[in-house]
Amino acid sequence: MANEAYDVNKMPEKNPLSLQIDLKKFEKATEDEKKQADIMSESTSFFRDGMKRLRRNPLAMMSIVVLVIIIAMIIVVPSVVPYSYSDIITVNGKRDKTATNMSPFTYSKLEQQYIDEGGKVFPHIMGTDELGRDYFVRVIYGTRISLVVGVFASMIVLVIGVLYGSVAGYFGGKVDLIMMRIVDVIYSLPDLLMIILLSVVLNEVINVSGNSLLGRLGTNMISLFLVFGLLYWVGMARLVRGQILTIKQNEYVLAARVSGAGSGRIIRRHILPNCISVIIISAALQIPSAIFTESFLSFISLGVKAPMPSLGSLANAARSGVTTYTYKLIFPAVMIALITLAFNLLGDGLRDAFDPKLRR
Amino acid sequence: MAKYVFKRVILAIVTIFIVCAITFFTMNAIPGGPFNGEKATSPQVRETLEKRFNLDKPVGEQFVIYMKNLLHGDFGISAKTGRDIGVTISSKFAVSAKLGIFAVIVALILGVFFGSIAALMRNRWPDRLIIFMSTLFTSLPSFVLATFLLVVFSVRLGWVKAWSPTHQSLVLPVLSLAAYPAAYITRLTKTSMLDVLGQDYVRTARAKGVAQVKVLFVHTLRNSLIPVVTYVGPMIASVLTGSLVVENIFTIGGLGAEFVTSITNRDYPMIMGVTIFLAVFMVTMNLITDIVYKLIDPRINLD
Repeated sequence: MANEAYDVNKMPEKNPLSLQIDLKKFEKATEDEKKQADIMSESTSFFRDGMKRLRRNPLAMMSIVVLVIIIAMIIVVPSVVPYSYSDIITVNGKRDKTATNMSPFTYSKLEQQYIDEGGKVFPHIMGTDELGRDYFVRVIYGTRISLVVGVFASMIVLVIGVLYGSVAGYFGGKVDLIMMRIVDVIYSLPDLLMIILLSVVLNEVINVSGNSLLGRLGTNMISLFLVFGLLYWVGMARLVRGQILTIKQNEYVLAARVSGAGSGRIIRRHILPNCISVIIISAALQIPSAIFTESFLSFISLGVKAPMPSLGSLANAARSGVTTYTYKLIFPAVMIALITLAFNLLGDGLRDAFDPKLRR
Repeated sequence: MAKYVFKRVILAIVTIFIVCAITFFTMNAIPGGPFNGEKATSPQVRETLEKRFNLDKPVGEQFVIYMKNLLHGDFGISAKTGRDIGVTISSKFAVSAKLGIFAVIVALILGVFFGSIAALMRNRWPDRLIIFMSTLFTSLPSFVLATFLLVVFSVRLGWVKAWSPTHQSLVLPVLSLAAYPAAYITRLTKTSMLDVLGQDYVRTARAKGVAQVKVLFVHTLRNSLIPVVTYVGPMIASVLTGSLVVENIFTIGGLGAEFVTSITNRDYPMIMGVTIFLAVFMVTMNLITDIVYKLIDPRINLD
């Protein structure tokens, strides 16, 4: 019906003196031409948009590749390499006590003999340590432990920080004031000193044994987690509270409320999606800092329980013969640097991609 | 302003008190006392000793006594050496402080210099190189860097003598301590300088024909250093904790090395004393940083 009104042929004849445009001189646009005029790009979701920007960041993509390779290695290697992290190398069922401090890709006398006899010996890709344990497996296990510690610690921080921060942010007023004063005090405690202190004390007070992962990691790691749970969450709590306070005041939250949305829907649809990226990014950046702390503690002999290796304790053990066996320091050190560098670069990349407001 | 300073001082005092309490009570939670060691002492001797060190009193009262002694600068005596902890701390801290001050100065100079270059050459190769290097250095634990510096420059190349009985070179320890804060300051300076360069007053200064050098140093650099000031407190904390390992690696007899030794020796009074001392130092430094920050930039909202 509406189209008929504009049909050129049905229009009344144009008065020759009229200044109106003569519609007969115009042609109707075809469907193809209409499409060409449509310059709107396809609508993208927030996530897809961020991923697109992330993919254009070569450093972040490289970090993802490096991390995937490292994670694949710590999963695959222990089942491929026939050595264990805690046992001295055995050749043909016999303990090989001569296989200490070998450089990468060399064989001990016993192993050489065995190879000459036609046996197969898996090469020591990174040599062996001072007790004759395969160093490659130890470095891989150390990476595994350091990563587990890092991820677990940042999960603790994430959960406590988000809960505490959002409660303070939502309720506001007196509750917020008191909760934030507590945060202020905890924030100004010197964290590393507190970790050292708790490690020293917990070593004497609690005794975890058994074959569970925590038992093998030792009390020092429990105190590390404990301190992360007690102290490190405050940064996250501050961040979350600040985010929620600013988002709460946005017009779209008001608009949602006016149009009758309940608190649950506002939180789910409007507040969370707007701060989730910031939270995830700072959790990702927490991982390298936890790995740093762990290696620092291992270095001052407050780290994981022997014979369990961590990257920090490996680097610490390697110091005694560093002039002769430099490779023993280089491997764990490069691993620490690679992991922290990859997480830092990835975190920066994520921030740039998903949170343009924070871009620096 | 006065209200703000008052609030911060109160917060600092509360923090220090909490640190002292945590330290004291956790240390007291360790089972066993100092006198049930290897040698069996007669009950009488033990009773006298416990009375001498107030160990017969309840823990709460012991804490009050300890705090009172602390206020007089009395940290007690070391369980291993029997020497006065306060004296040990003050003599060892002199060494650490020298190292730390050098590290802070080097970090500030390097960080501000490279940060400014990165900002002025934004998105060109010097900027990219500097930012990549600073990310790299923030990813290297100080003990790894320190060991590498030691191996490369003093063992392999022999440029710097690491150990000598008469004169100890501080170049390598200072560099390994300064690397992390320098890298951090670089990024901080770059960010804030880019921010300042986009400000109207910089454009105005340029437009009215102020010399390029003057715009750079007076209008830009001075204002972009304000965020760097906030980092001074955390930097001192990081240098202090870094010195725990760096002093050990370079065998410098400072407070950091002393602290690590006391941890390995399980010398509890010493650990307690050094923890409290370092904590008070850090909290005070943070307090001063915060107040100075508000003083130099009147634009900052005091709440």
